[in-house]
Amino acid sequence: MSDAPRITESAVAEAVDAALAAVASAADSAALKAARSAHAGEASPLAQLNAAIRDLPGSEKAAAGKLVGQARARVAEAFTARQEQLAAEEEQARLAAEAVDVTAIAPRRRLGARHPLTMLMEEMADIFVGMGWEVGEGPEVDHEWFIFDALNTDPDHPARSEQDTLYLSPTQRHLALRSHTSTVQIRSLLSRPLPVYVVAPGKVFRRDELDATHTPVFHQIEGIAIDRGLTMAHLRGTLEHLARAMFGPEARIRLRPNFFPFTEPSAEMDVWHPTAKGGPRWIEWGGCGMVDPNVLRSAGVDPAEYQGFAFGMGIERTLQFRNGLSDMRDMVEGDVRFSQQFGMVV
Amino acid sequence: MRVPVSWLREWVDLPSGLELPAMLEHLHAALVKVGFEEEDIHVFDVTGPVVVGRVLEREPEPQSNGKTINWCRVDVGEAEPRGIVCGAHNFEAGDLVVVTLPGAVLPGGFAIAARKTYGHVSDGMIASARELGYGDEHDGILRLADLGIEAPVGADAIALLGLDDGAVDINVTPDRGYALSIRGLAREYGHSTGARFSDPAEAVTVEPSHGFDLSVVDDAPIRGNHGAPTGVFRVVRGIDGHRPTPPWMRARLLLAGIRSISLPVDVTNYVMLELGQPIHGYDLAKVRGGIAIRRARPGESIETLDGKRRELDVEDLVVCDDSGPIGLGAVMGGASTEMGADTVDVLVEAFHWDPISVSRSARRHKLFSEASKRFERGVDPAMPPIAAQRVVDLLVELAGGTADELGASFGAPPAPAAIALDVRRPEALIGVAYTDEEVVGTLELIGAEVARDGDALAVTPPSWRPDLVDDAGLVEEIARITGYDRVGSALPTAPPGRGLTPAQRLRRRVGEVLAAAGGTEVLSYPFQSEETVARFSPEGEAFHVANALDPREPYLRRSLLPGLAVAAQRNLSRGLTDLALFELGRVFGEGETAGWGTEELPPLGVTLPDATVAGLLASVPPQPWHVGALLLGDAVAAGPGRAAEPAGLADALDVVRQVALAAGVAVEVRAGSHPALHPGRTAEIVVRDASGAEHAVGVAGELMPALAEELDLPRVVAVAELDLDAVMGLAGGERVIRPIGALPAATQDLSLVVPAEVPAAEVLAAVVEGAGELLEHAALVDDYRGAGLPEGRKSLTFALRFRAEDRTLTAAEATEAKLAGAARAGERVGATIRE
Repeated sequence: MSDAPRITESAVAEAVDAALAAVASAADSAALKAARSAHAGEASPLAQLNAAIRDLPGSEKAAAGKLVGQARARVAEAFTARQEQLAAEEEQARLAAEAVDVTAIAPRRRLGARHPLTMLMEEMADIFVGMGWEVGEGPEVDHEWFIFDALNTDPDHPARSEQDTLYLSPTQRHLALRSHTSTVQIRSLLSRPLPVYVVAPGKVFRRDELDATHTPVFHQIEGIAIDRGLTMAHLRGTLEHLARAMFGPEARIRLRPNFFPFTEPSAEMDVWHPTAKGGPRWIEWGGCGMVDPNVLRSAGVDPAEYQGFAFGMGIERTLQFRNGLSDMRDMVEGDVRFSQQFGMVV
Repeated sequence: MRVPVSWLREWVDLPSGLELPAMLEHLHAALVKVGFEEEDIHVFDVTGPVVVGRVLEREPEPQSNGKTINWCRVDVGEAEPRGIVCGAHNFEAGDLVVVTLPGAVLPGGFAIAARKTYGHVSDGMIASARELGYGDEHDGILRLADLGIEAPVGADAIALLGLDDGAVDINVTPDRGYALSIRGLAREYGHSTGARFSDPAEAVTVEPSHGFDLSVVDDAPIRGNHGAPTGVFRVVRGIDGHRPTPPWMRARLLLAGIRSISLPVDVTNYVMLELGQPIHGYDLAKVRGGIAIRRARPGESIETLDGKRRELDVEDLVVCDDSGPIGLGAVMGGASTEMGADTVDVLVEAFHWDPISVSRSARRHKLFSEASKRFERGVDPAMPPIAAQRVVDLLVELAGGTADELGASFGAPPAPAAIALDVRRPEALIGVAYTDEEVVGTLELIGAEVARDGDALAVTPPSWRPDLVDDAGLVEEIARITGYDRVGSALPTAPPGRGLTPAQRLRRRVGEVLAAAGGTEVLSYPFQSEETVARFSPEGEAFHVANALDPREPYLRRSLLPGLAVAAQRNLSRGLTDLALFELGRVFGEGETAGWGTEELPPLGVTLPDATVAGLLASVPPQPWHVGALLLGDAVAAGPGRAAEPAGLADALDVVRQVALAAGVAVEVRAGSHPALHPGRTAEIVVRDASGAEHAVGVAGELMPALAEELDLPRVVAVAELDLDAVMGLAGGERVIRPIGALPAATQDLSLVVPAEVPAAEVLAAVVEGAGELLEHAALVDDYRGAGLPEGRKSLTFALRFRAEDRTLTAAEATEAKLAGAARAGERVGATIRE
């Protein structure tokens, strides 16, 4: 212990000055760490001065303790302050080094898209679900009876010819690809308790070559409501609700007399499209009418008690006039650029 | 149906002072109101000075190009004749011709001007029929003498020829055959506007005739309907078939879309258009003996007017003379008795033919004539004697013939049955408060007879409305004639619904998840070739379409993958090389195709017994929803500082996991096989049911490279296909949701050496089983083969995470669990821990 330093004010001040100089000159965290070890570590002058307190007579201990303690606190504070300053500088440097051109980041995952026809069918179905209707379904290959006879279509009706409808072999087993979603009318009436309010989007098939306005596989949405006291006014009201939900509050429905085997009276429906490309106008949208009593009988419903309406429109056609598309082939070819224009929103 | 304005005006009052094209617009608007959709308009499109001229001189001038032109002096009613060059030679000096003067515009925007040609200034043009849009004739200019026209030079030829007339074309719905006539549409125009209508049928006085040898026998009625229930034959003698068709008739026929052929033929067409009753005229001199109408006999054939020989079917109705069939009833006449300009005596046939019989014959022989079109849609059965008389009258008037007493008639039009209608029914169905007067008045307006007893009406429809068979049809007439614009608007209140079904929600989720994961949805056709079906769906049979659009693709898909491959190829051919496609759709059948459907076809309009309905429902083959995906090119595109990652099996398996996530099922992957897929890169996808039984629900893999090459696709094409209905059936079981432990986890890696052919999933399953409940998560992070390992072995490294719910695990506990897992893998697949 003979070489223990003497605790003097000057010795303490010298050690502090040396420590503070080392702090000030430390250029980075590593240098500061080395300085801390040299000036505040176990072998540092201040630590040795501190250790020497133990050997002092009791009467001197307090004063020396205070002197050295204050010096050590001052040095420790300087180290901490410098450490924080260096850490902040180094973080700044690192952030600067990590900077990238955010406009040059390529997408890591590709973006997909749903088919606009699918989304349009869902959107239309949802409008009806919002009114309490349910979404019905039926098979795409169906028995001819559901496709035609149950819908009051005479066995010799031209739509049943092999020019128009695709039949499965052998044809005498009476299976065909449904030519309209109206099959779901009859299936819904057969399978559900009355009253029935059902909308049925789906795929249909006709013997048409693909061109700008025809495709042998296309989509329709069908609606049927059978209840007590439904009238043609309810038909118009329902279609108007749909039209407004899809085309805005100014949309209207116009009915023109037409003919379908499964409705009577029948009507062609036009929609007033307030935001159509090229200006507001009437657009032919689909067919509708009051369900023919023969259809109700086929479904086991008493036409004296229940009546109602049905309607159907083409989804491709709706997408065409809604989005100003002229060529139907874009919808069926599967070119990803077509669907990707829509993404997840139709 | 095209309706010339002048013709319509003959039978119904049209507004005066309306010129073309305003008149055509007016007619379209009036007819659309009562349900006849506008299609088009037809006008002759000739304007400006077009006058009658007399050729004064015709000087042939041979030209150096070998042609001879005529330099003509033509008097057009001006002070001086005009000089006109004409290339035709079918006229002489003195002929009256049609001269289009400078300033006239002919169809196609052909403007006439004085122009220098062949060394003369041609001051106008002598027109042919075709140049005027007045027929097809272009073998010379139009000589007015040929049309039977005498007119002063300088007279307006446009009015003279009827070129100032126009027609509206409207669409007639298939239930309204009566409207395929001037008679029907004049009546409908009257309904729409209130204009006064007079029935052309009432302008005809039917004269008696008798003595012609006619037999009508239908020994095989189709669906119980007599094939030719009523009709007449009449005879006109001594006509001059060479007489020209008068210009007004020619113009009307042209506007109606019918070519002028010869006066007798034109007359029969004219009457068909006017009254809606198809007529056939025979050259009586060519008819051998009397006429018999019957079904064709096996082996019979006929040469029809279009020059084709047609083998007849025993369902065909034929008109025969002693030589056999001379006409295919209501569809087309025969060549052997065809009328021509030399015809002197005409046999006029006006018959009512059964619509179904006509429609079947027309389709069978692919002969869709004006006549068959009308019969299929319903012709007034009261019309035959009237229409025949009208033909007789016109042949007498225009062709110089004499009506003969010889004739025959058969049957009588059926009396339409009365329909019961409650006078309140229209309001109940349409929602419009029609007055009783409106109901009864409208029905009378359309020609029905109405007898009233309180609220009960007995409505007898007119003979021309065979479509009116029930009260709904009558209600439609009331709504239609009074206007659909009177129908109000009210929203019905449906009972509370249950929303989408679980299956519908699942399909939406799958679509959304796959799109969010980068897939683009396509909707492909379900038609496939035999070869495609054999390749992609060798198990089970595919349904065959009897009348496929493309005979090379007559089968219905059992897999979505071929359609995705076609879509992929199309995208590739358009330069889109990185693709992730998916489709949600039905496939057709499971197993055999025989036995589906039913032999019998139940009738329409009746309630069937429950068992019959159940049989029909059960006869429709299963058509499960599938989801398919196809990925090729780069899954991750190259970017600054980043290499591209090609799509492969991993992406196909990701699709499977995304679908499983959407469906809420756990899938297991195992090595599988599929004839279209790479034998070493095919995964079978398995879902367990509540009892633990395994169900294969699909595949994921890469296409066989050779197949990919054949399909013009790159070597690596990743695909996946799942039976969504099967997945759906396995979803929705009770799931145990545990509380989440918050105590610290212990993580350890475990490397196991196993035979190279052991699937990683089996090793993992053994580790998981052996490690017990403390193992929270295990994932394969490395598969090493090569240096340091024996031949035929691989080292699989799993990252394991352990956690206990009630205490902080010690490293020793975690190690114990890990070793237990390794030990189980050792027992199960011979795994050893890699040191």
